[in-house]
Amino acid sequence: MDLALLARLNEERAHRRAAVLVTDLHTNTQRLVLEKDIASDPLSFVLSDALRMGKSGVVESEDHKVFLTVQAPVLRIIAIGAVHISQALVPMAKQLGHDVIIVDPREAFASPERFPDVTIHAEWPDVVLPKLGADRYTAYLLLTHDPKIDDPALNFALKSDAFYIGALGSRKTHGKRGERLQAMGFDEATIKRIHAPIGLNIGAISPAEIALSILGEITAKLRLKPDGTKIGN
Amino acid sequence: MLATDDDLLRQAEAWRREGRGVALATVVETWGSAPRPVGSHLVIDAEGTFMGSVSGGCVEGAVVTEALDVIESGAPKLLEFGVADETAWQVGLSCGGRISVYVEKVS
Repeated sequence: MDLALLARLNEERAHRRAAVLVTDLHTNTQRLVLEKDIASDPLSFVLSDALRMGKSGVVESEDHKVFLTVQAPVLRIIAIGAVHISQALVPMAKQLGHDVIIVDPREAFASPERFPDVTIHAEWPDVVLPKLGADRYTAYLLLTHDPKIDDPALNFALKSDAFYIGALGSRKTHGKRGERLQAMGFDEATIKRIHAPIGLNIGAISPAEIALSILGEITAKLRLKPDGTKIGN
Repeated sequence: MLATDDDLLRQAEAWRREGRGVALATVVETWGSAPRPVGSHLVIDAEGTFMGSVSGGCVEGAVVTEALDVIESGAPKLLEFGVADETAWQVGLSCGGRISVYVEKVS
């Protein structure tokens, strides 16, 4: 592979843009197709299919095989709440290859001492979330237990096409949250997008266990179809 | 930390920019029960240093050897490993699957 081509691929990823590297396994020629150019590409149908599935693989093109290296943006977790669970979650999420961003307007919580080596925004969610942008490779976690902070974040997240939205709190707390969101104009189907209580039911008690259950639920959301079978099978 | 295959592509670029000879190995096809999915990478430098995996340890040794050859010659190779191919390769996948690995030089 040409170094310039590899550098371009890495650059696209750094900017959270999808791209597909097309390698002709017969002639050994390679080209990079950027997300914005897929529609006009001769292989547009297979390329958009591969990108939607997020799956690299061999396809037959004319009379020979080409390999598609599909690069979807790194999954990004935006955690609202610089709380104990978030502290436990950061290293685990990194291990899984996800980017984490912490948002909490309370400076005593969102301090670099509590969160070394991770991006923190000590600002209100309604201010910072639009600046961070939204895409379908983003997950939002509402972890503050405080409607003053969580609700503005939900107001933004529910209007985005984020692949996962989870909110901490009991069923009762979530019931009240649903009522507030309805009053804000969200319909039932939209409110149902929220995973609450957050995380898989594994009996989690400690902050680390709750972080594990959240990351487990995110993984399931990423890898499983709604019927529980594996994506791609 | 090199948690994902994307990080490995960044590693490949960094090594090349340092002036090292670098090869990139990619799992392009799998049949049966294969340990690593299609798209998995192994990055190898001319000294035989490697990062990542294409089979979780079964055939990495052989891929590294082939990669050194590819760095030398510049010509890509398509390798196949598996129980069905015992005569061609001394190494096989213990799990009984079969994988095809594309090895190319980063130049």
